[in-house]
Amino acid sequence: MKRLILVLALILSAPLAYAVQPDEILPDPAMEQRARDISAGLRCLVCRNESIDESNAELARDLRLLVRERLLEGDTNEEVVDYVVDRYGEYVLLNPTTRGSNIFLWLAGPIMAVIALILAFFYLRGRATAKPATEDRLSADEEARLSEILKD
Amino acid sequence: MITELGHFALILAFLVAIVQAIVPLIGAHKRWHGWMAVAEPAAVAQFLLTAASFAALTHAFLVSDFSLRLVVLNSHSAKPMLYKISGVWGNHEGSMLLWVLILTLFGACAAWFGGQLPPTLKARVLAVQSAISVAFFAFIIFTSNPFLRLAVPPFDGQDLNPLLQDPGLAFHPPFLYLGYVGLSMAFSFAVAALIEGRVDAAWARWVRPWTLAAWVFLTIGIALGSWWAYYELGWGGFWFWDPVENASFMPWLIGAALLHSAIVVEKREALKSWTILLAILAFGFSLIGTFIVRSGVLTSVHAFANDPERGVFILFILAFFMGGALTLFAARANVMEAKGVFGMVSRESALVANNILLAVAAFVVFIGTIWPLVAEMFFDRKLSVGAPFFNMAFTPFMVVLGLILPLGSMLPWKRGNLGRVGRHLVPALVLAVAVAALAYALQTGKTALGPIGLLLGTWMVAGAAMDLWSRTGRGANRFGRLRRMPRADWGKAVAHAGLGITFIGVSGLMAWEQEDIRTVQLGEPFDVGAYTLVLNDVQEVKGPNYLSTMGDVTLSQDGSEIATLYPEKRVYPVAKMPTTEAAIDGGLLRDVYVVIGDPQSDGGWAVRTYIKPLANWIWLGSIIMAVGGVLSLTDRRYRVAAGARKAPAQGVPAE
Repeated sequence: MKRLILVLALILSAPLAYAVQPDEILPDPAMEQRARDISAGLRCLVCRNESIDESNAELARDLRLLVRERLLEGDTNEEVVDYVVDRYGEYVLLNPTTRGSNIFLWLAGPIMAVIALILAFFYLRGRATAKPATEDRLSADEEARLSEILKD
Repeated sequence: MITELGHFALILAFLVAIVQAIVPLIGAHKRWHGWMAVAEPAAVAQFLLTAASFAALTHAFLVSDFSLRLVVLNSHSAKPMLYKISGVWGNHEGSMLLWVLILTLFGACAAWFGGQLPPTLKARVLAVQSAISVAFFAFIIFTSNPFLRLAVPPFDGQDLNPLLQDPGLAFHPPFLYLGYVGLSMAFSFAVAALIEGRVDAAWARWVRPWTLAAWVFLTIGIALGSWWAYYELGWGGFWFWDPVENASFMPWLIGAALLHSAIVVEKREALKSWTILLAILAFGFSLIGTFIVRSGVLTSVHAFANDPERGVFILFILAFFMGGALTLFAARANVMEAKGVFGMVSRESALVANNILLAVAAFVVFIGTIWPLVAEMFFDRKLSVGAPFFNMAFTPFMVVLGLILPLGSMLPWKRGNLGRVGRHLVPALVLAVAVAALAYALQTGKTALGPIGLLLGTWMVAGAAMDLWSRTGRGANRFGRLRRMPRADWGKAVAHAGLGITFIGVSGLMAWEQEDIRTVQLGEPFDVGAYTLVLNDVQEVKGPNYLSTMGDVTLSQDGSEIATLYPEKRVYPVAKMPTTEAAIDGGLLRDVYVVIGDPQSDGGWAVRTYIKPLANWIWLGSIIMAVGGVLSLTDRRYRVAAGARKAPAQGVPAE
């Protein structure tokens, strides 16, 4: 039985590899760190919203090895990223570029904040200079309700 | 038979909901008391029928009734009991049924506890709430019926996604839904008030407890989900900026903004239209969240079932309710005139700043979440928006929020003086700077993230303490006065401190995490940070419905043993899916997190070890925030506001 379990476990877990494997790590820690930083910004194409650094998929492993290969060839970080983007498209970038229409994405927050601040300023100034509202009289409806509440 | 009864109850609930959505509304308009009075018993009946339907489905899962399609797809006879129960909502159909169960529960609660509401408002609230039920009952019955039978039942089921077979995740959806759906009450109150044509302090007081309760549940639900991701996904990430996470985070942010702006309406009769808008948007974001998860337009880890047809249905629901509510909002702008007058430096202004920051932050999350969709549809670009974007675009707003929070929460209403408030906060500032300096001196790398996070967090926690302390006046017996302070004041301070603690946890973990990946031979010690680990043994173990490869790791520090850890790698044969079960030695200052990987060719095992400083503070802070919310909820004023809670005539039905 135990052997069966082992066999089953091995068969079922064979295609599984967990994120960065010991055999992928580069001997130079500085270069490995660069590889990790780059990997964290590249999307695993067959996964759902995971970077290749976190992903268990085979494809992610291939990409991790590719990144390290390029680094060993002497590429800069940007060159490595460009190399991957050239082949897989900008879909692999978890951090979207600021090029073209993406400028909307990046500026949306700051612009919204500025608009909100301007609106808030005028609202607050209006409140600061407004005259206190004259006390409303209660409507007949409210009078009736008030007396009903007070009865309790 | 029980299944058919459940199915029947569901359809009956749908019919009751239709009646409840129409009759009281007409009654309130025409002032016909008999028609308005339909709302209460209908709300209770609707809840009981849905509960019966849900119970029938649960029964089918418990007895593993494999003639039911849903049970076959999501259960297995060997599955542990807890997961047979949680399997009811671990799938699309069941989770939607849970969704309406909670929706009708809130409706019934409004009927039970809304004794002091004016009768017309109450009738309208219940009618609007029921209109939402109608939409979702229709959604379930026509697109996602959980009660479909199979002509030829198989011998056994296909098991639940093993990632979902976990205690943390068993309770994550119910809490999340209590939060999501709880915001429907705020929506119903907002729409009812718009129909009524009256938004005043009393309205804010009625709506606030519901929002607060929903927000507390949402906080707990999100924290549970994040904690689950942390220990289950195998590398200790706690937040992924995944579309589905964002879907729960946006209502949380808007809900938090709503909580604060409702205070301004309640105390100062200002910010009315903004508060109504927030109430509408908060539920709108809940619906968008449901749409995102159910439609699969944005793929994510969580989307266990998605289908374009269902997505379109939810989109229609969203368009109907948001469009309707916003049109009504525009038409009734005149009833929401502000009355209170206040200076530029005042509690009111601080709460406006809070609302700007939270709302814009939610907007950033929203844009980032839907941008891939927008870019593909309008600019023909296929791109991703991942964690790096959100970290960069979202964090600045939270930093500013953290900076001004202690100041703003101490400013007096109407007109304040920053200098006076600042003087109260000098001790908090000194402490925060000292903690940050200490962290900067002690850390090895030169990151600014850790010290800044600690500075903000300490500033907020100490600021909350100073806020409470400053209200105790002068002289003797300040502690006595501290104890007698209203619960709401305590709740506010506790919740703000909880946020500070979460800040500390997030920044500490992100700044100072250590990672070690290596091949380990049995019995050979290795060092990670200040710790020494030995992989003693690796065994194959059989669980109830999985097979496990379990490592036995001894963790020691300075030669003395701290803990024995058992990291596992499981395989669920029926679902054909592997999962990692990390072994964590938890602590207040750090977690040691060990994951076992595959056997290596040289006979060793891949082992990944992480030292995660302050990790638990993230969830500790969230729980403290939730506790703050509960403290506020139990404040006397709300019980007074909720009224003497006249016992409902028919009594509280047993569940």
